[in-house]
Amino acid sequence: MGELVADKHVRYILSVEKKKDSFESVVMEHLRMNGAYWGLTALDIMGKLDTVDTNEVVSWIMSCQHESGGFGGNVGHDPHILYTLSAVQVLALFNKLDVVDVDKVTNYIVSLQNEDGSFSGDIWGEVDTRFSYIAICCVSILHRLDRINVEKAVKYIISCKNMDGGFGCTPGGESHAGQIFCCVGALAITGSLDLIDKDLLGWWLCERQVKSGGLNGRPEKLPDVCYSWWVLSSLIMIDRVHWISKEKLIKFILDCQDTEKGGISDRPDDAVDVFHTYFGVAGLSLLEYPGLKPIDPAYALPVDVVDQIFFSK
Amino acid sequence: MHGRPRKPLKEEDESVLSAKAEKLRLLQSQFLANHQNRIYSKEALDLSAKLLENNPECYTAWNYRKLAVQHNLSQSDSDSVASLFDQELKLVENALRKNFKSYGAWHHRKWVLSKGHSSIDHEMRLLNGFQKADPRNFHAWNYRRLNILPFDKEKKNLPFERLVSFFFCFDITFRFVTDLMKRSDEDELKYTEEVIGENFSNYSAWHNRSAILSNLLKRKAEGFSHKEKVLQEEYEHVRNAIFTDPDDQSGWFYHLWLIDQTVKNGAPLLVSSWPSRGSTITLNGHGNNRLHGLSLLNSTLSGTTTLPIILYFNQAVEGINSSTVAVKSEILKEDLVWKPLSVNNSSTAQVWVVYLKLGNMELQLSKTYSIEITIGYSAGIVSSNGYHYGDPSQIAFELCVQTAHTEPVEGQYPKLTSWKDSDFQKIDHFEESNFVTSTDHHIPTTSNWCREAIDEEITNYQDLLSDCKIGKLTLARLLTALDSLSPEHDKRKKHTDEILKLYTELMKLDPTHSLYYKDEHSLVLLQQITSSEESLLPHCHYYKDATETNTSYVCLRLQNLSLSRMGSIKNLLWVQMLDLSHNELRSIEGLEAMQLLSCLNLSHNKLGSFTALGPLRSLKSLKVLNISHNELGSHSIDTRRYLCSSPLAHTEVFAWDRFEILCGSYSATKFWEAFLIFESLNLTDLNITGNAVADENFTSFIVKVLPTLKYLNDEEL
Repeated sequence: MGELVADKHVRYILSVEKKKDSFESVVMEHLRMNGAYWGLTALDIMGKLDTVDTNEVVSWIMSCQHESGGFGGNVGHDPHILYTLSAVQVLALFNKLDVVDVDKVTNYIVSLQNEDGSFSGDIWGEVDTRFSYIAICCVSILHRLDRINVEKAVKYIISCKNMDGGFGCTPGGESHAGQIFCCVGALAITGSLDLIDKDLLGWWLCERQVKSGGLNGRPEKLPDVCYSWWVLSSLIMIDRVHWISKEKLIKFILDCQDTEKGGISDRPDDAVDVFHTYFGVAGLSLLEYPGLKPIDPAYALPVDVVDQIFFSK
Repeated sequence: MHGRPRKPLKEEDESVLSAKAEKLRLLQSQFLANHQNRIYSKEALDLSAKLLENNPECYTAWNYRKLAVQHNLSQSDSDSVASLFDQELKLVENALRKNFKSYGAWHHRKWVLSKGHSSIDHEMRLLNGFQKADPRNFHAWNYRRLNILPFDKEKKNLPFERLVSFFFCFDITFRFVTDLMKRSDEDELKYTEEVIGENFSNYSAWHNRSAILSNLLKRKAEGFSHKEKVLQEEYEHVRNAIFTDPDDQSGWFYHLWLIDQTVKNGAPLLVSSWPSRGSTITLNGHGNNRLHGLSLLNSTLSGTTTLPIILYFNQAVEGINSSTVAVKSEILKEDLVWKPLSVNNSSTAQVWVVYLKLGNMELQLSKTYSIEITIGYSAGIVSSNGYHYGDPSQIAFELCVQTAHTEPVEGQYPKLTSWKDSDFQKIDHFEESNFVTSTDHHIPTTSNWCREAIDEEITNYQDLLSDCKIGKLTLARLLTALDSLSPEHDKRKKHTDEILKLYTELMKLDPTHSLYYKDEHSLVLLQQITSSEESLLPHCHYYKDATETNTSYVCLRLQNLSLSRMGSIKNLLWVQMLDLSHNELRSIEGLEAMQLLSCLNLSHNKLGSFTALGPLRSLKSLKVLNISHNELGSHSIDTRRYLCSSPLAHTEVFAWDRFEILCGSYSATKFWEAFLIFESLNLTDLNITGNAVADENFTSFIVKVLPTLKYLNDEEL
């Protein structure tokens, strides 16, 4: 089995940031905030966050904040809950949460909760359990969970539970590993994991591991490195991760590395990107791969960052 | 980037790509300028359309389109309104052709629809087209279900056909259109049938079928009021799929759901309690236990000041309090406060406890008191899915005081617990043979069809699929289901040996998931061991320290059984001393119900974190704990982190005051887990050797957190 070429991944992540004019960067321009979260968290897990200029990142993040309190995906783009969480997470990585007006950000999140407990992504009203997770995670990091209606939020998530124990986007929506991560994560943060049938969901999740060792996101689909995060973190939160073969999954992720130029792809020999590089590295961290900082399965931030938020006075 | 091959670009490709990038970059910056300046001219709209056709993911551009529609609506006559919306629908279609997974595009379409445009025919044509192209596209399936939008004023003025178009699929949030939904539910069920008929390997269709069917069964729709008939047809349906290609997972989960639908009885039931019905509890005031015979029904408690009453239900319930559960006895003087035994401080729990404070009762020696408990005395006990507890049921037991309570003499401590094999003595018989686990409680009366349905399935799977993974697993599950339907004391009808064999075979057949089968195996094994006196007896021992003369405990020894998880706790509520050493336990979930436990040996297991010991926090009588030779401190990732009550899960506030008093010089970020667990325990004897975490620094920390400790790692403090 190959090894993790961490140095090359670090170089790859830093190089992507410099290639602003590539087609890839232009297409993804509107979600640069997510990109920053993926790249910087991956760097932190590999112990290389100090290669980045903190002030530059922080001032760029703050230039994406709107009057409403929400953050856009990049300068000039509209605020959306997706980018608001990424902004807060990146600030947490740098221990710079003190630069935001916590109540202003919280007010934005609170304004997006609907009567049924669900959350909209922005003022245009798209509802999705992804946004429930984002809202809960975000206000929890800001120590403001009490500002949203947690009981209703949990109730809405449970209304999206399916016969296979998994969760969909909205009530009746099909189970999908990404969506399951969001719902399990939200229930973990709100202390509600007892509402999950862990054995049922655990079986569905562990059957995501296919012959190659990789994980898919739904039955009869292809494996993809990003599910190393969505499936694994869910299995860890419900304490069923021993139901898959860790060795086989480690091998699959390592096989997806570009060992020459750095970066990780969705499947072996596909084109690499920052998204899959982050999910590959984060997955290896969850698999206790040596030399990587452990990552928290619910907050999707390094454990030391999370412990610092909750256990320092 | 999904599914794009990794290959170096040719030079000409590179120049094409960079020209494309430049063009897109220009479009985006022009668009952002228009957006910022609120320009909604035709040119500006065309530019945003071009941008979205090239990059449907640019969410700000979809927002801009909505703003533009709102802006232009206010200035249009009724004819141009329609064309305004048509333009948007056309744009969405073009964008979806570029990327039919675009969240922004799908939502824009829903938004346009919410304004009352498009028609059902048009939308269905579009949907069918997209679903043909990608039968698993969950955006399309969700759109089909159309879980959209709060019902706003605009829609109330819509013509009826338009209204129909909103609800052409079921939508569980709108009860007021039940009649409409009723028709479309059945239509949609047919649609899943058609899709599955074309190709059974469509998990999305099976999922949708389960959702629609649940709904139809729930409201007993016409043709769906007989659950048995519906389920029988479904069994046949999914059997066809599984038998066609046993490796295809599409039908697997649906089948498990059907078993669950067949077996599950909605209403909560009391499955076990301590004290059990008809038992006698003897109180022994000073710390010495004199046992002459062993009974699993009756218990002797020594040196205790509180008496727990434990109620164990078949599912989590809420609403256990002094009005729903009446406790009648001459010795009771105060209202009782019931406590849910949940590890995350939830108000619903499967197990509930109340503590009788013996000190307040003025009990007289050699007198017998009777206590009567009525569960469901008044309505209010509800399961988490809304079912109410049925008819009231009763438990009566007797309490008798053998010797008076005396305070332990200062300086006289219990002896060190050694757990050596030589200190255990086999028990050859029970004093009485009236212990029957849980059978004195309600057994759900199931109609015959459940058993027949399961029986028929068993025959099918035994005959045809007993050689492959899903066949074996399904068979094991069906046999388990069948056992759960027959009365618990009827051992002849049990299939545990056969089920254990199937799981053992599965471990070999499918090594990737071997620990899943091992966990299931452990549960069945424990069920087998704890199901009767005969099966429990070989595991019951007297524990007698060599230096003691007349003190002995009964210890349940479940050591060396290769157990990877705990189960059947409802049958073990009487246990005061438990040896689970030399197993492969990763968690002790459920142990919180064993309220009488005072000595516990968990040495030589696979416990990987302090949070895994979370269930011990509710065991107020626990004195002796051996967790030596586990994996505490060996793992960077904690799989119990969110299953244990903590500030991370907002289930409790960190006790900073206590932390600072007890161990202020230590770092909370490093020691919070251990503090959380041990701070609430009253241990006198702890063994933690053989764990990576147990260095000198940790030892000095733990002594501070546990002021009651007399022995640490087999040494007197």
